[in-house]
Amino acid sequence: MEKIIELKKTMLTMAYQAQEGHIPSAFSITDILWVLYDKVKTENDYVILSKGHACLALYAILADKGLIPKEEINKFCKFNGKLGGHPRRNPEWGITASTGSLGHGLPISVGLALSKKIKGEDGRVFCIIGDGEFCEGSNQEAMLLASQHELSNLVCIVDYNHSLDKSVNVDSIANKFSAYGWGVSNIIGHNHFDLLNYLQDNMSNEWDEPFALVCHNTKGYGCPSIENNPSWHHINKLSKEDYERLLGELYA
Amino acid sequence: MRKQCYKTIYEKIKDDDRVVLMLGDIGVHAFEKAFEEFPDRVYNMGIAEQNIIGMSAGMAMNGLIPIAYTISPFLIERAFEQIKLDLGYQNLGVNLIGIGASCDYASLGASHYCPADVSILKQIPCLEIVVSGTAHEFEQLFEQSYNNGNPTYYRLTDNPHGHFYDVEFGKANVIRQGKDATLVVVGSMLDVIMDATKDMDVTILYYTTLSPFDYKTLHENINSKIILCEPYYNGGILFDIVKTINIPVQYGFIGIPHKFQTHYGTYQEHMDSMGLNTKSINEYLRWFINV
Repeated sequence: MEKIIELKKTMLTMAYQAQEGHIPSAFSITDILWVLYDKVKTENDYVILSKGHACLALYAILADKGLIPKEEINKFCKFNGKLGGHPRRNPEWGITASTGSLGHGLPISVGLALSKKIKGEDGRVFCIIGDGEFCEGSNQEAMLLASQHELSNLVCIVDYNHSLDKSVNVDSIANKFSAYGWGVSNIIGHNHFDLLNYLQDNMSNEWDEPFALVCHNTKGYGCPSIENNPSWHHINKLSKEDYERLLGELYA
Repeated sequence: MRKQCYKTIYEKIKDDDRVVLMLGDIGVHAFEKAFEEFPDRVYNMGIAEQNIIGMSAGMAMNGLIPIAYTISPFLIERAFEQIKLDLGYQNLGVNLIGIGASCDYASLGASHYCPADVSILKQIPCLEIVVSGTAHEFEQLFEQSYNNGNPTYYRLTDNPHGHFYDVEFGKANVIRQGKDATLVVVGSMLDVIMDATKDMDVTILYYTTLSPFDYKTLHENINSKIILCEPYYNGGILFDIVKTINIPVQYGFIGIPHKFQTHYGTYQEHMDSMGLNTKSINEYLRWFINV
């Protein structure tokens, strides 16, 4: 899809200019975030990117949607820029929470979702976590409390891109959510049709419980040479050659 | 002080529909009435401190005023990073109320002591620290600051002092003025300090808000001998003191020594063993003032 390629090109350029960034993590969630922001999210909804290191995707999309001033994109990770290597709360620009340390986004989202119930507000809270941060115990607390308080307005989107495989065998993440009393679906998280289908209001509200959408994703999706390649997880150097090669792979 | 706290919180829940109370499975019986009357704003979140803090951040983002209530070491030390990033870095108006100050839970051991709370929370810029010495002070300080939009830690103690003062958030009280030394006294230490200094010509400044620190009152009462009297690990506010003072000064320290307490027993036994009773403090001050 052309839009996704354009967004990823923006991300690569940001990373190249800054000589910094978590490109594969951002490519892993680009489809999820795009469908959310383009088709699903209403003004009553919140999006929390718990896996803050994937923020290149968030910034590129918020800039595309006109929420972040375009010139800020060129200041990614610069001393006076407002878009850092991990997001900093900036409600005006659509950045709900400061994240970066993993395992913080879901508890915050649970609090936001409960606050909506308390205030009788419409809308939902979407939280994007990675499978790597699934190890953080705070997520288990959040899963427990979200179902205890029947937060049907909470959607946890798991970017299951197998970052975890090199450390812990988690078996099925979906079963873990299910055991905590969540409604769960498994999809390929690069499929826009499925994403839309499962993130649309009427689908996730089939449950009285919070809803987890486990997205089986490919880290680095779109550029074969960095897909599932741990050495590309975080770069602080991106040569002109690599930058141009990756751009080429996007358009291949 | 706990009873006053229950009452103050109950009244706040009643009067301000933005206030939400979250308990870490502590104080559940005490807040029974609040649970019954306001089931949508009073929760027992179980023993899940990291989440109580994270959730309180989420609630504050949406305009509510959360209160997280549990035993201090679990609230502050277990969930320190959540306090640092979710509350401090994002500067969200959340109220943390901790019970069990220093070794209040004397017989329960070091897992339930929290003498490091002030020192570690001082490392979080913009986090407010309130150490009330009596129930009356808690009521006043909470009323003045609970909805000011900043994260605030209220440190409660089961061993309040016996004096009655009106206090103001962010401002120290000048209890009396003298020439031999200035004592900077925090919270519950006031009792023993007042007794120990009865016949001494010293200045006593009484601090209940430690962040933001009242530099002005200290600056107006500088002496070449300054003694910090703190009911937690020695020196929690030392940097604030040093920063204020522009003359050579001798420092004295009265407070909890920086080591693990391995005794049980009673609170008073702990205080006695650490030299935090009238007699020991009186002797220390006489020595310090005359050296």
